[in-house]
Amino acid sequence: MKESLLHKLTILAESAKYDVSCSSSGTTRSNKAGAIGNTSGWGICHSFTEDGRCVSLLKILLTNFCLFDCAYCVNRRSNDIERVAFTPRELAELTIEFYRRNYIEGLFLSSGVIKSPDHTMEKMLRVVKDLRTLYHFNGYIHMKTIPGASQELVHQAGLYADRLSVNLEIPLEQDLKLLAPEKDHQSVYKPMHYIQQGMVQNLEDRRKFRSAPRFAPAGQSTQIIVGAAKDNDKDILHLSSALYQRQSMKRVYYSGYIPVNTYDKRLPVVKDPCLKRENRLYQADWLMRFYQFNANEILDDKNPYLDLDMDPKLAWAIRHPERFPVDVNTADYATILRIPGVGVKSAKMIIMARKHGRLNLDGLKKIGVVLKRAQYFITNNELSHYTIHEATPEYVKSVLRDTPLLPSPAQQQLSFGFTE
Amino acid sequence: MMSIFYYDKTFDGLLSVVFDAYKIKYFPQALLGEGDVEPMFMERGHTTVTDPNKSDRVWAALCKKLSKQALNHIHHVWQSERPEADYLIFRYIRKVIDSPHSIETDFTDEDVMSMLQLAKKVSKDTMHLIEFVRFQKTKENIFFSPVAPDYNALPLALHHFIDRFADQQWALYDIRRGYGFYYNLQRVEEITLPDENTLINGNINPMLLAEDEQKFQKLWRNYFKAITIVERINKRQQRQHMPARFWHLLPEMQN
Ligand code: SF4
Repeated sequence: MKESLLHKLTILAESAKYDVSCSSSGTTRSNKAGAIGNTSGWGICHSFTEDGRCVSLLKILLTNFCLFDCAYCVNRRSNDIERVAFTPRELAELTIEFYRRNYIEGLFLSSGVIKSPDHTMEKMLRVVKDLRTLYHFNGYIHMKTIPGASQELVHQAGLYADRLSVNLEIPLEQDLKLLAPEKDHQSVYKPMHYIQQGMVQNLEDRRKFRSAPRFAPAGQSTQIIVGAAKDNDKDILHLSSALYQRQSMKRVYYSGYIPVNTYDKRLPVVKDPCLKRENRLYQADWLMRFYQFNANEILDDKNPYLDLDMDPKLAWAIRHPERFPVDVNTADYATILRIPGVGVKSAKMIIMARKHGRLNLDGLKKIGVVLKRAQYFITNNELSHYTIHEATPEYVKSVLRDTPLLPSPAQQQLSFGFTE
Repeated sequence: MMSIFYYDKTFDGLLSVVFDAYKIKYFPQALLGEGDVEPMFMERGHTTVTDPNKSDRVWAALCKKLSKQALNHIHHVWQSERPEADYLIFRYIRKVIDSPHSIETDFTDEDVMSMLQLAKKVSKDTMHLIEFVRFQKTKENIFFSPVAPDYNALPLALHHFIDRFADQQWALYDIRRGYGFYYNLQRVEEITLPDENTLINGNINPMLLAEDEQKFQKLWRNYFKAITIVERINKRQQRQHMPARFWHLLPEMQN
């Protein structure tokens, strides 16, 4: 075996692993004659590493050589590490061979910055273009957009990739400038904006010519590092909420900061990555995307941090006893969604099932409502009347805290498998 | 006293049973395969002869009353091969036919819910195939993978593999049930492997593998190790998403 390929793969996978924005969802495309691959709409995980995370794409850097010196990154210029690079051919072949064996859904290509952002984008584009045109690869491709890339290159990338992403990394601009001196929010927001424009333009083109090539059909995503600077959860959630205003923004990923450069005094000293906090942020994000919550309802100036002992939906319900109890037999969908213990799927099932007759506790249980939680928030003539008002919010809080209700991010991806 | 229908235990046969039952206005309390031992207190036995004309008519009637999703659930439940599955489907179909309005969303009905739950289990098993199949390339350029699903889910996953791997020859073989499918670049055919040298302990004989197969497995194993974030080790979560019963088929889980 060519030892160097194995060596490169190891180094360039290790330096890519901290980027968590890695799923394969968002496009459905069936195979074309003579081509290899399709995409499935919901992300398929092919394996799970020892850290419990889903392996869906070949997540890799083209090279770990980098001009920039971002404090939070292993690949920063001032780190004395071995630098290697793939040739486009090596990487394309590796992708195809892994794909043929059903190891992966496709490629997630990122890179350190060589020479200039545009030069780097050109190199990355070579790989992606080759995969599509020479290897007839029809599977999923996620390509990172380098901060500072030009509109022309972002546009080209969108013609070949399913999803593009530019990582925001640090939520507040002054912190970003401190930690990543070569970057500012403009260098991130501009390419994000190009992607948005590309998608809007593409929609129009496709209305006129149905055969017009699609532009980044799975939209864009971004990543925010949590805990590397002084931002609070409220800052982060409001930022995400603003990002989701763009219709092209499909996912914001949160990555608990892991100290890779402990020598850098600009960074906080942390012992363990803040996984709890990261998980709560995902839950809050989930509430904004699927439960019709807005950021202000989840956190405000009085409560700038998410409760670590309670999922944010329960925390909201306990802060708002006046919104309960809810009668599941008459309330509308949005109201039912807000009941702790009721998920999106069970809320939909409640709406459908109650057309056939009154739902009682047994019916709710069959549907999958977690009565242990829901009981304090619904009206019901079978239970002795003991809602959050009789029980008091303090009591409800004490019995329900720290029993996770919302699935972890990895599970969210899996659960799409059945709900179509 | 039990009323019994006998049939050939095929899906078309089951639909023919439905047809017969409505025709003679007599409904079984149990379904048995031809040649099964009859219970002691049997009231009446009817033997249904499978007939595509009957089954097509029943299916057409169901297509009118059920969503595509519910029709899919019937297929999934059938592929579960659970002993109670055929009679569950029979009861479900009766409810569908007898009710003037759609019952498929009446989740408080026991049969509707049982159908949903069993279909979900089979669907999950199908998903696991789609996720955890690992092809190995043979000397003849066939990408081969043994599989061992809990339910007979392989036929349900076929479509996915046909669409995705249209330009390579592949074969999927259910080592539990002793049959599989081979795709020859044109179509899929059902196969059984008579030669016991092909599989050794449920895995493909290494002698049959292409020269570079080990290389790619090694690359994959290395990649898999390299992307693990040591600071976040959470083996419980790994097991939860990727149950240990699949590990023997995954190259990345072999040392
Ligand atoms: S530009 Fe990217 S690869 Fe380079 S140091 Fe910054 S974060 Fe790391």
